[in-house]
Amino acid sequence: MLSEIERRELEDAVKHYPDKRGATIDALLTIQRRRGWISDDTLLEIAQFLEITVEDVDSVATFYNLVFRKPVGRHVAFVCDSISCWIKGCEQVQEQIKTLYQADLGQTSPDGRFTVLPIACLGHCERAPALMIDQDVYGDVTPEKIEQIVEKYK
Amino acid sequence: MERPLTQHIHPDGTTRTLREYVTTGGYRSVQRLSSELAPKDLQRLVTDAGLRGRGGGGFLTGTKWSFVPMGVDAPKPKYIVANGDEMEPGTFKDRVLMEGDPHGLVEGMILAGYAIDAEVGYIFLRGEYHLSAQRLTEAIAEAYAAGYLGKPLPGTKFRFDLHLHASAGRYICGEETALINALEGKRAVPRAKPPFPQTVGLWGKPTVVQNVETLYNIPHIVNQGSDWYHRLSRTQDGGTKIYGISGRVANPGWWELPLGTTVREVLERYAGGMADGVRFRGLLPGGISTAFMTEEHLDLPLDFSSIPPEVGRLGTATMIVLDDHTCPVGFVLNLEKFFARESCGWCTPCREGLPWVARILMSFEDGRATKEDLSLLEMHTKWLAPGHTFCGLAPGAMAPLQSALKYFHDDFERHITTGGCPWSKKSSQHRIVV
Ligand code: FES
Repeated sequence: MLSEIERRELEDAVKHYPDKRGATIDALLTIQRRRGWISDDTLLEIAQFLEITVEDVDSVATFYNLVFRKPVGRHVAFVCDSISCWIKGCEQVQEQIKTLYQADLGQTSPDGRFTVLPIACLGHCERAPALMIDQDVYGDVTPEKIEQIVEKYK
Repeated sequence: MERPLTQHIHPDGTTRTLREYVTTGGYRSVQRLSSELAPKDLQRLVTDAGLRGRGGGGFLTGTKWSFVPMGVDAPKPKYIVANGDEMEPGTFKDRVLMEGDPHGLVEGMILAGYAIDAEVGYIFLRGEYHLSAQRLTEAIAEAYAAGYLGKPLPGTKFRFDLHLHASAGRYICGEETALINALEGKRAVPRAKPPFPQTVGLWGKPTVVQNVETLYNIPHIVNQGSDWYHRLSRTQDGGTKIYGISGRVANPGWWELPLGTTVREVLERYAGGMADGVRFRGLLPGGISTAFMTEEHLDLPLDFSSIPPEVGRLGTATMIVLDDHTCPVGFVLNLEKFFARESCGWCTPCREGLPWVARILMSFEDGRATKEDLSLLEMHTKWLAPGHTFCGLAPGAMAPLQSALKYFHDDFERHITTGGCPWSKKSSQHRIVV
């Protein structure tokens, strides 16, 4: 069931649109911030709140890559794999993350600390390769710097 | 050299508050809205200024506005939408503006709203731009508190409400009709045109979708006039442009320069030329849906009218440089994998054709390619050309491929004759993990 706070947040989100459905993406992201991911049960709760079908909500949830329909780790590391970062060695960054945390792209480290995902250009191409952990973006990432960067994400 | 869009942006990356924004002339244009500057006058002013869309299309802003139904019988509400879904690889100009000077976007939105008599605006922001989201949220709250939003503006009956929509990924959201579906809370699949959004858009109402950088220009045009705006530029279209560069250059970054600055100037003078030890081979002038340019094109002015169609187009004017230590086939493979992943899946040629192209390119890298694969790639550039697909994504994907086949043909051939990627030993970066 939606908590009191969740319900209030959704009510705020809905205010920005002429119909409730407009807030589908906001609703998914809002609840995901609290619960980590979108389970089938969550989907149903959102659908009931927005007064649309669960299929409608799922069609949106499965389309957008920042909505997670599977559990993720405590943190999500997004490795940019677009062109400017590829030129500057994003694959070595991926490799290093895999070596350090035993998580390849699409996987969660065995200790549940990180889920590693590829991401489209993060808009920091002048500082490629770029990496985003949760909401923080890092530029000029080298394999040597990874450990130091991720240290604060426990 | 004047830099109206970025001159006040703090070099240390901090943002500008309302207080600071107002002391440098911020929101002055909004105070000029009155009977002396009616919506149709603003439309004419922007048309005279020659402002063209900075998102890559280069469409004249004044013309775009002119398609919107006006007057008492026009459908209500009308919407103005800022396209801040900056997901074009290699592009980071809108982020610079939104993070550095968020009030400029609010002011631009108010003016664009006024020009088409739209009472409601949305800023459609890509989900990964958390810092922009935070700063825009603060700026919008400040603008409400100061009465620029949510109340009739002094001397007018015009009242404007502005909302921020943070998206959740997917490149296709940058396509204006897909963006409209996303804003309505649906899958971001493009819509059939016509009807065009200017008459039937968001929730069926007249809607104008404009790039963020375009909107930042409008307050300056209102304050300083169309003649001044033309003088900023070196070509027939008005204004400055934010140029950017990434790849192995000495000094990757962005600069606001007169529209019509040449590729060479940006590359050599501002970016300091190539990085140590690498040579220039080519570049994409503005995001990955533009065609390669090579040595012979370096003196072309980067604007909307000087690049011959057979060479390509400006796009977002944030360049990506290919150097001689990077495999051109691997480069293009990276692009096509991106497009294949980001296809919305709605139309068959795009959904099936792009992964096919990526697989063929992979066979070049793996040493499995034959001569036929080369002609198969050539054929795809025709099968996925404009007119064969529902929207512009796949045709855009063919621009770098087609031009790479032209300029780097020998490199493709070498992959066939040597049975793999000749760069594989020189650089470990050619490897593609699928
Ligand atoms: S290509 Fe990686 S941040 Fe733009």
